[in-house]
Amino acid sequence: MLSYIVRRVFYAIPILIGVNLITFTLFFIVNTPDDMARMQLGIKYVTPEAIEKWKAERGYDKPLLFNQQAEKLGKLTNTVFFEKSVSMFVFDFGRSDDGRDIAQEIKSRMLPSLAIALPVFVLGLIVHITFALLMVFFRATYIDFFGVVLCVALMSISSLFYIIVGQFLISKLWHWVPISGYEAGLDAAKFLLLPVIIGVISSAGSNIRWYRTLFLEEMNKEYVRAARAKGVSECIVLFRHILRNALIPILTGAVVVVPLLFLGSLLVESFFGIPGLGSYTIDAINSQDFAIVRAMVFLGSILYIVGLVLTDISYTLVDPRVRLV
Amino acid sequence: MKSTLNTRIVLLWLLLALLLLTACGGHNWNNPYALEDRAKNILYTVFTERPKHLDPVQSYSSNEIQFTAQIYEPPLQYHYLKRPYALVSATAKEIPTVKYFDAQGNQLPDDARAYDIAYSVYEISIRPGILFQPHPAFASDAQGNGLFHDLNQQELASIHKLSDFPQTGTRELVADDYVYQIKRLAHPKLHSPIYGLMADYIAGLREYAEVLKQVEQNRPKEKMFLDLRDYPLAGVQVVDRYTYRITVIGKYPQFVYWLAMPFFAPIPWEADRFYSQQGLIQKNITLDWYPVGTGPYMLTENDPNLRMVLEKNPNFHDEYYPSDGTPEDEENGLLADAGEKLPFIDKIVFVREKESIPRWNKFLQGYYDASGIGSDSFDQAIQLVGQGEAMVTEAMTEQGIRLETAVAASTYYMGFNMLDPLVGGVDEKSRESARKLRQAISIAIDYEEFISIFANGRGMPAQSPISPGIAGYREGEEGINPVVYDWVNGQPRRKSIQTARALLAEAGYPDGIDQRTGAPLILYFDVTARSAEDRSRLDWVRKQFQKLNIQLVVRSTDYNRFQDKIRKGNAQIFEWGWNADYPDAENFLFLLYGPQRKVGNNGENAANYYNAEYDLLFEQMKNMENGPERQLIIDRMVEILRFDAPWLWGYHPKDYGLYHSWYQNVKSNRISNNNLKYFKIDAELRAQKRKEWNEPVLWPIALILAALAISFVPAITAFRRHESGTAVHAAS
Repeated sequence: MLSYIVRRVFYAIPILIGVNLITFTLFFIVNTPDDMARMQLGIKYVTPEAIEKWKAERGYDKPLLFNQQAEKLGKLTNTVFFEKSVSMFVFDFGRSDDGRDIAQEIKSRMLPSLAIALPVFVLGLIVHITFALLMVFFRATYIDFFGVVLCVALMSISSLFYIIVGQFLISKLWHWVPISGYEAGLDAAKFLLLPVIIGVISSAGSNIRWYRTLFLEEMNKEYVRAARAKGVSECIVLFRHILRNALIPILTGAVVVVPLLFLGSLLVESFFGIPGLGSYTIDAINSQDFAIVRAMVFLGSILYIVGLVLTDISYTLVDPRVRLV
Repeated sequence: MKSTLNTRIVLLWLLLALLLLTACGGHNWNNPYALEDRAKNILYTVFTERPKHLDPVQSYSSNEIQFTAQIYEPPLQYHYLKRPYALVSATAKEIPTVKYFDAQGNQLPDDARAYDIAYSVYEISIRPGILFQPHPAFASDAQGNGLFHDLNQQELASIHKLSDFPQTGTRELVADDYVYQIKRLAHPKLHSPIYGLMADYIAGLREYAEVLKQVEQNRPKEKMFLDLRDYPLAGVQVVDRYTYRITVIGKYPQFVYWLAMPFFAPIPWEADRFYSQQGLIQKNITLDWYPVGTGPYMLTENDPNLRMVLEKNPNFHDEYYPSDGTPEDEENGLLADAGEKLPFIDKIVFVREKESIPRWNKFLQGYYDASGIGSDSFDQAIQLVGQGEAMVTEAMTEQGIRLETAVAASTYYMGFNMLDPLVGGVDEKSRESARKLRQAISIAIDYEEFISIFANGRGMPAQSPISPGIAGYREGEEGINPVVYDWVNGQPRRKSIQTARALLAEAGYPDGIDQRTGAPLILYFDVTARSAEDRSRLDWVRKQFQKLNIQLVVRSTDYNRFQDKIRKGNAQIFEWGWNADYPDAENFLFLLYGPQRKVGNNGENAANYYNAEYDLLFEQMKNMENGPERQLIIDRMVEILRFDAPWLWGYHPKDYGLYHSWYQNVKSNRISNNNLKYFKIDAELRAQKRKEWNEPVLWPIALILAALAISFVPAITAFRRHESGTAVHAAS
């Protein structure tokens, strides 16, 4: 397995370079270094000298991808792309364009993001699997039928609608929890309750339907029939036999997103005033802060790759027949 | 036996639920703040955008100044109540009087011609006994050495934020602190937005920047602190402990307004030294993030992602609520606290709220003390009565919410690029034709309708670039733009569309057709608008042009490209706006001053307008003190502008603010930003209202539980039947 992981790490390097290059190209198609300088220096009274000084200080005065003036390897290395990318590979995210340490910011924002994403993930998994199994249990009955209809309805509604209606009913009309805000520690509970419930409900439709399909497929297999023939109760058949055998596709979808939980949710964080990494990324895009954007995209790519590796490893845990070589 | 167990479980759950409800009792469940702050003298407000800079040398935007203006004290400030806006002293003993000198250093009389004046000297004396806020930068040992000026790794390990320092100190404010800050405007590593402007005025500032640049290049990189006290600046000198002198090149009467901005607030060298430590910079503990001032408040919590907290500065000097204002202030009870010591509020909590829906709902619940009005909540909050007068709706009145309005010192306009051959002209004949075209469009675009539809009536059609409340602005009949309006029955009335069509015909485009080519007249409008709301606005603009049979092509782009087009003069018609820096007509009229052209000069004149007479008058006016003579020149300049119509004058936005009944001493002041010290809160009343408005509604809990129970009954029944059924039964 170790050799497999080492190989995957090496595969990750070209992927990360590619992601970095695409981010860089897309960003600089929309924003020039001059635009970035103007955004940071303000709109009024900005002189061309101030813009040049700002660019020179941050290394944006060099050619973006190819330096024709330089010699040999310098044509590639003496560029904005190279200089801004190399440090990323040693996890030195540097400072944002307004001068703050990005690693510090990421550290402080990761927890609030996790505080909301983790409960939504865990609770969502439990609730969605349980409901899917119940629907399978009641397959071909009116409960199953109405369950599917409900799932389709849930899938059809945008997550923004859940947020607005949730805030309106639970917070504004019934006054159960604060509409928005965040506190560290245990005080966070009252702020997280509503976004977590909304997170679980808004993703319920698609997840339950997908899990139901997986379970129904297992339902007709011979080992299920054999278990029933032995007199095993339906609950045990569902929760022990079927669930375990349907775990591989579930893990494929679930484990891969675990590392990405750190990155937070853009919409939920924004509406509930949670100071996580999702809103950090959005703010950076709005303020054309390339340093933060590339750091967040790089981090996201790494976490995604980690998620894929973890998924592969998790296969070996749930299915002893799988070997990673 | 089994049913008894089930009953017990149900009872246990009920007991648990009851316990939870009891635990939540006594206060509102939806209260986002700590319970112990219930009736404290705290103001709760919001900010939507995180500030980028809190260093007064850099911060300029309104989302930054709302913090820095409470912490830093420049020598001057604006009178809170007086209108038109008037400067008064803040830390200065009095408003500095200026002395003029010629090139040989001879003092000139006060009424000397601007042409003869080589230097203006401002001598500013500050009051003794003013102390800085408690701060670790001032903590010192018995020998007077800073305790935390040379932190080692071990000491740094336990420091994560400013409040982690075990000790603080203070020091008296001296003239040198002001001088130090002015020197910082030229610091090579700081990017002061006003450096370029001030380098033209403060004697020696440009050369000083060069000196600092050289010093910075030659000194070792590990030495972070550049002690500006070691490098004198010719134009800014300390006279004595409490007095400093600024030498301004030529005559620049507007300079005193800059002395009321945080750019000219004091920075102690100790703070600069303290914050220049690499270990602190790595932890984001910088002067840009943790201000050090003498103002009424100090920043005690700085989490711009969530919350910024200002607390009363225990060292704040004696300052009292003003005892003079306008007659309306007396009627509105704004002088009730005259002579009371400032500030009134102990703590100000700024909560970051990015979305308008939660922001608005929390205001209605009493968790924010004031609110602006978004377009989506306008109808809920405001009703227009009589002659379009805005009032709060009944629902708001019932909650005791009141409305405060004020015309902002801003202008939103539509500009013509005067370098464009069609709307600007290239020779005398075409310029004449273009002027008539611009005048026709000025009449056709009905800004009264625009304000009513797109700004919910929150605006005032502009008659010139100068906004109301600014010295130089004219009201009533003498203030109307005669090119666009007639004065009828005591109010301005837009000229008829026939007048516009006649002007268009005179311009060579009868009925919107170019009489030389026979082709329809097509104009191009460059905008950054993209949202659905913008689309309807742009459709409206198109329709306004259609009144003249002019086809308008909208060229929408992102803000970066738009700015680029304006800089290069590639736009034809565009929208822009301006917020005044200070209450003087010069700050608006310079937007059309020839040498300020964007193209070639990179100035602020986006229309690239040039008129020799106007420029001459501007140069004359900008050096004059306010008075009838200056007013006459301003009137003539405005007259030229109205005739030339390089802008559609657009409108001056009106700010609407809603305030709860417990929020007192509020008077909109769109020029000064240090107003929080005048505000007052009745915290007991607020606590009572919050409780009243936010009682939890419990019946939905019962309803949800009942609905769940009902839906589970058939499922449980079916499950039991399934489990107890035989195989044959199940198969059948």
